[in-house]
Amino acid sequence: MSAITLPRRETYLNANYGILSWLLTTDHKRIAVMYLVSITLMFILGGAAATMMRIELFTPASDLVDAATYNKLFTMHGIIMVFFFLVPVIPAILGNFLLPLMIGARDLAFPRLNLLSWYIYLLGAGVTLWALISGGVDTGWTFYTPYSTATPTEVITATIGVFIVGFSSILTGLNFIVTTHKLRAPGLTWFRLPIFVWSLYATSLIFVLATPVLAITLILVAVERLFHIGIFDPTLGGDPLLYQHLFWFYSHPAVYIMILPSMGVVSEIIAAFAHTRLFGYKFVAFASIAIAVLGFLVWGHHMFVSGMSLHAALMFSILSYMVAIPSAIKVFNWTATLYKGSISYDTPMLYALGFIGLFTIGGLTGLYLAALAVDVHVTDTYFVVAHFHYIMVGGAIMGYFGGLHYWWPKITGRMYSEKWGRVAAILIFIGFNATFFPQFILGFEGMPRRYAAYPPEYQFLNILSSLGAVLLGVGYILPALYLLPSLWFGKAAGANPWNATGLEWTTASPPPPNNFDKIPIVTTGPYQYPGKKETIG
Amino acid sequence: MPDFSQLLNEASTMASAVDLLFFTLVAMSSAVVIVIGGLIVYFAVKYRRTPENQIADQLAGSTRLEIAWTVIPLLVALGIFGWGARLYFDIVQPPAQANDVYVVAKQWMWELQHAEGKREINTLHVPLGEPIRLTMVSQDVIHSFYVPAFRIKQDILPERYTSTWFQATAPGTYRLFCAEYCGTLHSGMLGEVVVMEPDAYRSWLGVDAGQAPAVVGEHLFVQFGCSGCHKPDNSGPGPSLVGVFGSTVTFQDGTTALADENYVRESILNPSAQIVKGYEAIMPSFQGQLSEEQLLALLAYIKSLGSGGAGATPTGAPTPTIQP
Repeated sequence: MSAITLPRRETYLNANYGILSWLLTTDHKRIAVMYLVSITLMFILGGAAATMMRIELFTPASDLVDAATYNKLFTMHGIIMVFFFLVPVIPAILGNFLLPLMIGARDLAFPRLNLLSWYIYLLGAGVTLWALISGGVDTGWTFYTPYSTATPTEVITATIGVFIVGFSSILTGLNFIVTTHKLRAPGLTWFRLPIFVWSLYATSLIFVLATPVLAITLILVAVERLFHIGIFDPTLGGDPLLYQHLFWFYSHPAVYIMILPSMGVVSEIIAAFAHTRLFGYKFVAFASIAIAVLGFLVWGHHMFVSGMSLHAALMFSILSYMVAIPSAIKVFNWTATLYKGSISYDTPMLYALGFIGLFTIGGLTGLYLAALAVDVHVTDTYFVVAHFHYIMVGGAIMGYFGGLHYWWPKITGRMYSEKWGRVAAILIFIGFNATFFPQFILGFEGMPRRYAAYPPEYQFLNILSSLGAVLLGVGYILPALYLLPSLWFGKAAGANPWNATGLEWTTASPPPPNNFDKIPIVTTGPYQYPGKKETIG
Repeated sequence: MPDFSQLLNEASTMASAVDLLFFTLVAMSSAVVIVIGGLIVYFAVKYRRTPENQIADQLAGSTRLEIAWTVIPLLVALGIFGWGARLYFDIVQPPAQANDVYVVAKQWMWELQHAEGKREINTLHVPLGEPIRLTMVSQDVIHSFYVPAFRIKQDILPERYTSTWFQATAPGTYRLFCAEYCGTLHSGMLGEVVVMEPDAYRSWLGVDAGQAPAVVGEHLFVQFGCSGCHKPDNSGPGPSLVGVFGSTVTFQDGTTALADENYVRESILNPSAQIVKGYEAIMPSFQGQLSEEQLLALLAYIKSLGSGGAGATPTGAPTPTIQP
């Protein structure tokens, strides 16, 4: 079998050759591909840690690894997956590749800054991995004080790595904001922007506003450890709850950093595969902004049993219900978008529909946790673990995989095996539910999280969860097995294989180095599919 | 070996109330999942792309629908908020009369002491049907006191008291977990709560009870010289502590505070932080001189001197104690 040769045409992939042409590129598309490679490597490392944990949890006793190792494993899993995978995955890969294409620009506003962001990511990842490999960290990804100021493990190195990678996010956010403001094609007004651009914009606002707080907080932890200045450690006169407030002031909005871009991707996919306008476009667009803003006001809902005041708990509870509303609005609008559509079930659409299902369950269980009295019982148990995996894995990763499959033909110019694509999507959906649904029950039955060993009455559900993880693992490996071969053997995609709207589909696949031969002029709103009937909203 | 085979008991006054809210939420969210999931499947099948259905209807949206599915979930959410908050008040506010138990958490064990003096490690015996109020402090990092069967959980902080309470409704032995990650053997920081019939509990309590914390506290009060200044008749250079606990204290700068557990703690360890109106900042700090157990004993003694408000009275005179 020989590779299918595409007709020779200059693309961003063949414009230059050699390793330096990649390492010194300022082309947003090449940088996106470099992010794709590096972030995928981090995903594999984070997944390996999770695999070890699930194998360990087959049995109640800590037998495969000892408690100290288990603690380092879940810390490694959390740090890598949150800071080096979930936060950057969609913005840095899909956002980087698509934002200029979607707004009709030749690149981001600051191409060299974009390349710098990637190097900063690498540096942060390198430092953190060094900490995780050289000795490990056992604080959990939350670095709660005063444990993190007391443990002898490599906390300072790890926090410095996370501190560094934060700047990658900040610079990417800044780049996206300026690009969206300044580089839109003629005629591309704000309300003609695809929802994915709106959600990247909302995400960028959080990057720029929240990440510095995390950076400051982690520096304070390092300062306290190095110089014994009392900030969070009460024996030095500090306040450990202050740490929790500062940490969640970033880390709660960070959840929206993970989910908002995913919501944007899903909006694109649903419109494209239902061949219809997105129902309630403006409501979906403003819901993104509402989530970004309200997301800053709910951090205290992680602290209902921490010893926070009753009044603060009440405020954070009610605000948490407020932030649920825009998420619900989005789900309703996606569902309504399907109504009277012309729906096809290609791989990206399966991921998008899977996203709605998992995100809905994740969101609804958030209502349980925001209810103060219920939170007291289930917080810090597997119920919380299940809840945030439904949001962050069920939501963010389903969105990412959907987007990767949707834009893969654009990125590579090749189609992948549709059959295997569907198999993987369905397997991931089933495997995900099998892994995490039992954890809701475990949590309600009282099994605390971060337990290396657990009482025997919890074993049955843990076995179910670990078996589910086997399916999920296979589901995650499959895409590598058909996406990589598609680079050589996939059939040529053409400019617009899905017959979708959007400026990115008007240029060749893969796009030429400067994206468009001629900058497009935009005269209509997004998602202008042909219609039997039209209504104006 | 206690039998924990029944996974989740409802064994406190709070449990069934929390479960009612929980299962209401289960019913509600199941309904939402069924409706949304059902609609998606229905649309997905009915409007699938077929040779006849190549072109969609283009519906831009409906403001009326948007308002409906904003306002209705909002009202439902506010209802759940109110329900959850109402129960939370009950969980965080102990009844006026409760048996005091003092908890010192440390890596990786539970040290528990009854108001009557009996000490226990990792096991807490309590009487059936009586409210138990826990005053808790950590000797190192943050821990969390979690008894799933009672549906209560409260973090335990170093250098600061937190409290929670429960009233058991079924005799038996229940798991006690540390729910806040506290280091290497976090998952080994296990204990149990044994709920006994009140009579059996009293006779268990009477054996080798040791000294009541309030009595120990009274000795410490003399031993550390506190009694030299804080005279009951207010004739010393420091204010009398009779009736102080639970009252509102006024400071030199005119601000006031409720004299609760953490106020007492700070007044001992860092007395110059807040000076009571009419007194000089002459009291030395006792930071580093008292163990957590001794601080709790002093607290118990100061509580026993009477209180200015409801909700802060220790119940029951100390039972006759046997000297160790």
